[in-house]
Amino acid sequence: MHLTFREWWAVVHGMGLGALFLLAFAGGVAEFWSLRSGELSEKGIVTRTRRLEIGTWVMAAAAWATVITGTWVVYPWYRSTAADSPKSLLLADPNTADWHEFGMEWKEHIAWIAPLLATAVAFAVTYYGTSLIRHQGVRRALMAFFTASFLIAGVAGALGAFITKAAPVH
Amino acid sequence: MEETSSMQRVSRPGAGADKPFGPIAAVFLAAGVGSLVLGILTTLAEANESVKSWLEWSTSVGSLSGKTILAVIAFIVAWVVLGIALRGRDPKPSTVFTWTAVLVAVGLVLTFPTFFTAFAPEE
Repeated sequence: MHLTFREWWAVVHGMGLGALFLLAFAGGVAEFWSLRSGELSEKGIVTRTRRLEIGTWVMAAAAWATVITGTWVVYPWYRSTAADSPKSLLLADPNTADWHEFGMEWKEHIAWIAPLLATAVAFAVTYYGTSLIRHQGVRRALMAFFTASFLIAGVAGALGAFITKAAPVH
Repeated sequence: MEETSSMQRVSRPGAGADKPFGPIAAVFLAAGVGSLVLGILTTLAEANESVKSWLEWSTSVGSLSGKTILAVIAFIVAWVVLGIALRGRDPKPSTVFTWTAVLVAVGLVLTFPTFFTAFAPEE
């Protein structure tokens, strides 16, 4: 039951912030879905909009924190030139080389698109506030981009989990 | 209870003055621009070794450092510039969201390894 300093950071990056991201998405998408006119009282609109603002900003913040810790803290250990670094180990075996050449190469780039979209959605929710319910087309589009941000981060997260299983950072 | 019966449903939910769509258009298009810049830099770095070296702003992070910092700068600058340009304006949301989706999709393609490695120089 011991984790090294680097493993702790990998846990914070992948599991801590990843779980927060997932929770914020689940809450946010539920609030987006329910924010339809004719189904809520004025008080309900205010409450749900407030929760939606919190959910979208938490997801955006989690996305930024995830990519920043991933790129600037964990990734340098992964790509170290040492013979026992995860990247070196993956590339040394033709059976695992694709985890780096495709998996990590894709993950390290697309992950950065998630916070851009999540920030745009959170800003739009805050900008419109309780009047968002009157813009149902915009609400649906925001929900689509919110989901796209989640799916992009999901691809990066899943690849990260598989790569960590194949060659963890120690 | 937030849910209401049909008797209690509001006739005009979320009352208040309508805001122009310009500021939302600015941030969404900026997100698209940031994605596109990330994609272009990823493919350029693969195609040209000198570009890749120039993007290595951090030795430990490699060229990913320059790519991501420039993509975030592009996002922020585009947000500010478009925010000023679109202030008080009301562009059509469907057009803005379509352009954003196109920019993000192109960014995704340009960051896809099978695509950008096609531009790698012959070894």
